[in-house]
Amino acid sequence: MMRHISIILIGALFGAGLALSGMLNPSKVAGFLDLFGTWDPSLAFVMGGGVVANFIGHRIVMRRTGPVFASGTAGFRIPANNAIDSKLVVGSALFGIGWGLGGLCPGPAISSLLLVPGDAVLFVLMMLAGLAVGRMLTSGPAATPAAQA
Amino acid sequence: MSIDFQNFTPYASLIGGVMIGLSALLLMLTHGRVMGVSGILGGIVMPSGRSDIGWRVLFVIGMLAGPFAVIYFLGRPVDIMPAASGMILPVAGFIVGLGTAIGSGCTSGHGICGLARLSPRSLVAVGAFMTTGIATVFLARHVM
Repeated sequence: MMRHISIILIGALFGAGLALSGMLNPSKVAGFLDLFGTWDPSLAFVMGGGVVANFIGHRIVMRRTGPVFASGTAGFRIPANNAIDSKLVVGSALFGIGWGLGGLCPGPAISSLLLVPGDAVLFVLMMLAGLAVGRMLTSGPAATPAAQA
Repeated sequence: MSIDFQNFTPYASLIGGVMIGLSALLLMLTHGRVMGVSGILGGIVMPSGRSDIGWRVLFVIGMLAGPFAVIYFLGRPVDIMPAASGMILPVAGFIVGLGTAIGSGCTSGHGICGLARLSPRSLVAVGAFMTTGIATVFLARHVM
């Protein structure tokens, strides 16, 4: 029970942080990415605050042998993939184009869903479709060449 | 380049950012999971197993509720002004989903979590999406 409630509360803390920070506002995000126009540096403070808080805490958390609510033998699930490959670069570059076009990345798109129904719903549905297509392209042996294209 | 002081919100953004960092930290501490939204959603859309879906859905429910806590408990309005209209928004959504699935992460997973672990992979990802994000806004606002 506690483990389920804790996930909802952590998700809510994340959503509240996104809302307070200004990340839910697509025009503010575009203002941050508009480095060559009138630049709003606010989101650098979001990134800075988030990374520094997590950087310090992460070192303390990693002294433990595993998470508080350990499931089976699974410890901390830190991504083991260290490859800097074309998938990483091309995928991330694509994401940046979509982020610049819409002013929304996945977290804020979800957290603004109930605040501004219309626009965000369509964005999120298409984003989920894109996630599914991307996963199909990048998983499975036959799909590797397509993912590289 | 000139600074947009009218819309600049250093304190709210810094506090919000720290809250985002803390939520990532707490998810790792309690459940051992990276707080990457594209990955969390990807595991709902294309599940790897039945027991792996529940925590993801609960996290999303929390994410949906979070902004209302800011409105009701802090009494702050949450401004939302669209940056795009018409067909651009759904197209942007699809590209965001596709790109984050292929690149294995977004602003939260690579940005907040990967950079905090000093992951070279995430540093490259953040460099790539910041570059194309800035280039896209430049083209949309100052060229086209």
